[in-house]
Amino acid sequence: MSDALVTSGRRTLTPARGPDSVLPVAMDGVGYTIDGVTLLDDVSLRIRPGRLTAIMGANGAGKTLCLRLIQGLLQPTVGTLSHASGPVTLTGRRRIATVFQRPVLLRRSVAGNLRHALKTYRVPRAERAAMLTDLLDLAELRALAHRSARVLSSGEQQRLSIVRALAADPDLLLLDEPTANLDPYATRMIETLIRQAEARGVTVVLVTHDVGQARRLADDVVFLNRGRVTEQTPAGSFFDEPQTAEAAAYLAGRLLL
Amino acid sequence: MGDAIAEAFRLIAVGDAALWEIVSLSLRVSLTAVALACLIGLPLGALLAIARFPGRGALIVATNSLMGLPPVLAGLLVYLLLSRAGPLGPLELLYTPTAMIIAQTVLVTPIIVALSRQVIADMHQEYDEQLRSMGITTMGAVLTLLYDARLSLLTVALAGFGRAAAEVGAVMMVGGNINHVTRVMTTTIALETSKGNLAIAVGLGLVLMLIALTVNGALMALRGTQGVARHV
Ligand SMILES: Nc1ncnc2c1ncn2[C@@H]1O[C@H](COP(=O)(O)OP(=O)(O)OP(=O)(O)O)[C@@H](O)[C@H]1O
Ligand SMILES: [Mg+2]
Repeated sequence: MSDALVTSGRRTLTPARGPDSVLPVAMDGVGYTIDGVTLLDDVSLRIRPGRLTAIMGANGAGKTLCLRLIQGLLQPTVGTLSHASGPVTLTGRRRIATVFQRPVLLRRSVAGNLRHALKTYRVPRAERAAMLTDLLDLAELRALAHRSARVLSSGEQQRLSIVRALAADPDLLLLDEPTANLDPYATRMIETLIRQAEARGVTVVLVTHDVGQARRLADDVVFLNRGRVTEQTPAGSFFDEPQTAEAAAYLAGRLLL
Repeated sequence: MGDAIAEAFRLIAVGDAALWEIVSLSLRVSLTAVALACLIGLPLGALLAIARFPGRGALIVATNSLMGLPPVLAGLLVYLLLSRAGPLGPLELLYTPTAMIIAQTVLVTPIIVALSRQVIADMHQEYDEQLRSMGITTMGAVLTLLYDARLSLLTVALAGFGRAAAEVGAVMMVGGNINHVTRVMTTTIALETSKGNLAIAVGLGLVLMLIALTVNGALMALRGTQGVARHV
């Protein structure tokens, strides 16, 4: 992927974020209960600007729920979730972008999906064409621009979903297992894309089961176990000396339930 | 009988003026009615599909029931509105093509609302979280869904057209089947058959069938072209 893009000095490439940034995001004692079942319990964590946070934990631990809460799609049943910019409004929601575990692409071409996003994110009309080419290049999808998005391979769909999220020029990018099911080459491409997003000044939260990937990318690790945060530590110490039996078991490939 | 059919084909083949006057009025009335019904019905169907407001359930039941509204009742309703003593009486629209357009719009709008609501609700189920995460407005979501469902919605519009073009009761009541003014295919078929003029009745019947076939054929061709079908 071309590094020229990262340094081309466009508005979206400025690493420094304005004072209206949603970051840091803080969850304090957050619980989420549905139909009497508590799915998240007393979750406290910090998302700091410029640091990549990996959320790890077994299937069903509540990682995706956490992302939905951060994005403002769900409200905590107890506790507080605060964004530096205040309560998340409709416009505020555009400061945060999510790539879902199963991304939903519109029934349009690759370029059509990006155009829709640019419009939805209120990018001024005059800037859209340039950004479209930029995003297509970033995802290495220029050759497929006119292909229907829904017939792309999973790797291509993931790349498209990530650059679609970047069309928001978000402060915070939430990625839910973006490389599950991808081959090593496609995984590398996504990781490069994540680094490029960071170079654009985007703060990334990454849910992943790939320990190697978390080691490569993460600055901080949040470990969730059955709806509770059992660790939030800098990545190095998490992998080298996990503090809890659950995290140690998870890293060793044993599932504790 | 055989003579009637032969004469019918002759009328079509030579492009009989009286026949084509009737056919073109039919098309004008029904197409305009469907266009108006779509203008009203598609946004309404989309709103019913995605917005949550009190009375929504009742509205859905109402539109679903109105889908089966007998044409004569639509005709009666519009007749009462447009008749000299009715609220819109001063406009003097009764027994004009405009009256027929209004009546067919009343007939077709519930069909467009109910069918498009279903199509859009299914797609909304799939798109909702993605669109909300993008901070889209309700209006933006409606437009996105209408666009992405465009092919299914075209089928919905054609179902509405089928209903409009085939009905007799509503246009008969508010149009009056006046020669050269409000005479359309279905009313003419009814009238000429009762008068024993089978040739023109059969001829118009054939044209009506041909229109139905063309419309459905065009739709299938459209679905088949990769330009549309590729967006699975
Ligand atoms: N709407 C809901 N209603 C009921 N239960 C739910 C709902 N959403 C999530 N859950 C439950 O909450 C738990 C956490 O779900 P979540 O999707 O956050 O898991 P996850 O950590 O992302 O798992 P995975 O690694 O498999 O993606 C699961 O047990 C799930 O069944
Ligand atoms: Mg998940």
